[in-house]
Amino acid sequence: MTLRDILNKLLRRQPTSASTARERLQLVLAHDRSDLSPELLDKMRKEILEVVAKYVEIDLEEGAVSLETEDRMTALVANLPIKRTVTGAIKLKENDDE
Amino acid sequence: MKTNTRIILICSGKGGVGKTTLTANLGIALARQGLKTAVLDADFGLRNLDLLLGLENRIVYTAQEVLEESCRLDQALVKHKKEPNLALLPAGNPRMLEWIKPDDMQRIASMLSEQFEYVLIDCPAGVEDGFKNAVSAAKEAIVVTNPEVSAVRDADRVIGLLNTHGISPVQLVLNRVRPKMIASQEMLSVDDVTDILSLPLLGLVLEDEQVIVSTNRGEPLTLNGTNSPAARCYSNIARRMQGEEIPLIDPSKEGSGIRDKFRRLMQTKIF
Repeated sequence: MTLRDILNKLLRRQPTSASTARERLQLVLAHDRSDLSPELLDKMRKEILEVVAKYVEIDLEEGAVSLETEDRMTALVANLPIKRTVTGAIKLKENDDE
Repeated sequence: MKTNTRIILICSGKGGVGKTTLTANLGIALARQGLKTAVLDADFGLRNLDLLLGLENRIVYTAQEVLEESCRLDQALVKHKKEPNLALLPAGNPRMLEWIKPDDMQRIASMLSEQFEYVLIDCPAGVEDGFKNAVSAAKEAIVVTNPEVSAVRDADRVIGLLNTHGISPVQLVLNRVRPKMIASQEMLSVDDVTDILSLPLLGLVLEDEQVIVSTNRGEPLTLNGTNSPAARCYSNIARRMQGEEIPLIDPSKEGSGIRDKFRRLMQTKIF
C-alpha cells in the first residue's frame, strides 16, 4: 500500500488502477497456473468443508479456500475458523471465555 | 554445430507487444558490437521482420527453399547493407505452416549456428504449432511483455511452456514503459511485473514515438546510434546480453520537475 492508496482511501476515491491490475492478475494467474476453473475450485472448497465439518464445527460462512502464488509456486490455502470440536473434548481458544 | 552459438527465442504469447521490433533492434545492436548475428523470422503466417529491417525488397530465397534444398543457406541469407555482421533468414510462404515441423526448425538453427555467434528467432504470437516449432530450435529465451494485464497474463503462460521445454535461461524485457503513468500508479510498475512473473529482468524499454518513425523508414533505432529513449534501452539490453553490467534505467527517476517529485512522494510504500 502506498501513500497514494491511503490518500485515496481517506478521500473514498477509487483505488489506483495499477493496484487493481495487480490484484486481478494475481488471482487470474493462480487459476491459470493451476488449471483450476473457479467452478472447480468452488466444488473442491465445498467438499473440503464437508470433510472438515465431520471432525470440527466450522463457520461455513467464514471458511475460505483460495489459491495463492509466490515465485511461480501455487499453494492451496484454506482458512477455516473452528467454532468448537464435535466432541467438545478439545478446548479451543475462542471458547476460553465461555 | 558450434555449441557456443547463442540461439535465443524472442517470444511473448500476445501479439503486438514488440517482439519483432526487439528482434530487429537487438540484431542490429549485437552486429554493431562486431558479433556475427542472424535473425530468423519464424512467423511464417505473418512475417514482418524483413520490413522492420528494411530488407523486404532484397529477398530472393527464404527458409522454405533452404529446407527444400533448392538453394544454399548463403543464397537465402539477406545481409544488411549498413551492418554486414547482420543477416536475415526470411520466412517463406505462409503455406509452409502446413508442413513445417520442429525438426525443420532445428535443422535451420543448426545450419545458422555454424556461421553465427547469435541466432535470434522472432517467434509468432500464440502458443500453438508456430510457437512449438520455434521453441524447439532455441536454447534460451527472451520474453517480451508490456505493463498491461493481458500481455502479462499471456507472458505467464508462455513462461510456463518455456519451462516445460527446458529452455534456460529465460529473461524478461518489459516494453513500452511509461514512467509518468507508473508514477501516478495508473500502470503496473517494473517491480510489479517482475514480481508477478518471477523472471530476471534483462531490460526495460521506454515508450518512444521514435520507434514508429524508425519502422516507417525500415531503419531500426539502434542502426543510427541515435540517443532516443528506446534506442538507449535497446543498446543497453544488447550489451547486457554480452555480460556487461549496465544499470537499469529507473523510470521513477525520469523527469525532475516539482510535479514529478510529488508523484514520487505519493509512490512511497507505507506497508
